[in-house]
Amino acid sequence: MANLDIKIGKLQLKNPVMTASGTFGYGTEYSDFMDISRIGGIIVKGTTLRDRQGNQYPRMAETPSGMLNAVGLQNKGVDYFINHIYPTLKDIDTNILVNLSGSTIEDYVEAAERLNELEKIPGIELNISCPNVKEGGMAFGTSCLSAAQVVREVRRVYKNDMMVKLSPNVTDISEIALAVEAEGADSVSLINTLLGMAINAETRKPYLSTITGGLSGPAVKPVALRMVWQVANAVKIPVVGMGGIMNTADAIEFILAGASAIQIGTANFIDPTITGKVIDGIDDYLNRHGYSSINDIIGAMEV
Amino acid sequence: MLDLIVKKNEALNNQYSLLVLTSPDKLPEMLPGQFAEVRVDNSPSTFLRRPISINYVDYEANELWLLVQIVGEGTRKMCELKVGEVVNLLFPLGNSFTLPESKDAKLLLVGGGVGIAPLLFWGSYLKERGYKCNFLLGGRSKDNLLQLCEFEQFGDVYTTTEDGTHGEKGFVTQHSLLQGSNFDYVYTCGPTPMMKAVAAYAAKTEAICEVSLENTMACGFGTCLCCVTDTIKGHVCVCTEGPVFNITKLKWQI
Repeated sequence: MANLDIKIGKLQLKNPVMTASGTFGYGTEYSDFMDISRIGGIIVKGTTLRDRQGNQYPRMAETPSGMLNAVGLQNKGVDYFINHIYPTLKDIDTNILVNLSGSTIEDYVEAAERLNELEKIPGIELNISCPNVKEGGMAFGTSCLSAAQVVREVRRVYKNDMMVKLSPNVTDISEIALAVEAEGADSVSLINTLLGMAINAETRKPYLSTITGGLSGPAVKPVALRMVWQVANAVKIPVVGMGGIMNTADAIEFILAGASAIQIGTANFIDPTITGKVIDGIDDYLNRHGYSSINDIIGAMEV
Repeated sequence: MLDLIVKKNEALNNQYSLLVLTSPDKLPEMLPGQFAEVRVDNSPSTFLRRPISINYVDYEANELWLLVQIVGEGTRKMCELKVGEVVNLLFPLGNSFTLPESKDAKLLLVGGGVGIAPLLFWGSYLKERGYKCNFLLGGRSKDNLLQLCEFEQFGDVYTTTEDGTHGEKGFVTQHSLLQGSNFDYVYTCGPTPMMKAVAAYAAKTEAICEVSLENTMACGFGTCLCCVTDTIKGHVCVCTEGPVFNITKLKWQI
């Protein structure tokens, strides 16, 4: 057994495998399939200050080696999370993080203040990169100024770990990463989905009710890997990599590119036990290559 | 999540196949209306699992039947599976049809196209429990009417085709069966316009009506939130709160 323990900002993870927000529900949906406490960190469904119905159906389209989604942050709001979901999660022996999104800075701050009170939630993932909402979301994450502003305001009220989830829909993702690092982000996670679209040629209609949506799955992996490498070379805080990870080799690639931990997203839909397989696979990889700790391979790409 | 083995894969015609799966272990209990998420291997263009209704379960023979219509690359691969090949399924998923209160209730099961799939399992389940079923099955032409012999084992079968090649000519809702008699319960699965017309008939005749929806989905167990339908409770997942809905819960304009 290699040592898989890894520190990400203020978080201590038992292994570098986390689940990406919006692909793992509140975690408990996966309890039928596996022991979810094995996972290094679970990031629960995007949560907003008030409840949201999300976008109209259809919200999903399969595309080559991936899928587009336009869910639009459907959730019951932060108070519902605190009163009804949190009690079912607080005794699970892993790091449970809440992905937090908002339409205004005030919304982010108010929800973050409430989450700050939860003893068993060690951190938030600040979502400034959701491409599927009309207001807020990605709009905050596509300029250094607004990204810095929202991180600064939330940092004032939120004392636990703050991971900031970055959008790939920008010219230079390193600039945004540096801007949020300067305002006190404990780590950055990337990438959120790439903005895309699909049209049904026969009916001449878009597949999604919103026309555009977020692309995920193996189709985005080369782009994600490149961005993780760029950001890891730019910032000092830990980088959490994601984007189309389907197996152990994909996860290792992200770690070699500079990620200290990884998130598995879309793959959970196809194999709900994939996180356990990747945890075992990383251990096996380290043993095979004679490394004693996950720390030995972070950013260890040989050029 | 289970690996099942292909016992039989029979092309019913050039559009539909009956995929019969089995396992060395006893298959889990399944309910009519539930579905399986089938992983499609060896198809680079097929990324997600395919949600397929449970067509029939033969517990004695340890068989799970899936009726597959070829609509794209994923379903085409499923129809090409060979006997002995292994298929990975997440199942059983979703809710089920509701058993009527009285065994004397007059029941109508209306299916269109591949939407007949869950009605065979539901019909067999009802017959086993002493209910009497009327099946009304519709298709574009006789090639789209499937499993008629199987349905006849579980109740009376009526058919319509749009081109008149089998049964009465027209849509299911134009069948003479609906003119004379009223039903207490109507269950339907098929294309949405057909289900809406059936739901309107049920509402007019004050029958209790359940419809089985087949929205596109990614996961099948309530985490991707892609398959939502609009209900009186707001957006809910078809995969976990459905696929079977009482029409009074849906916001259908009927």
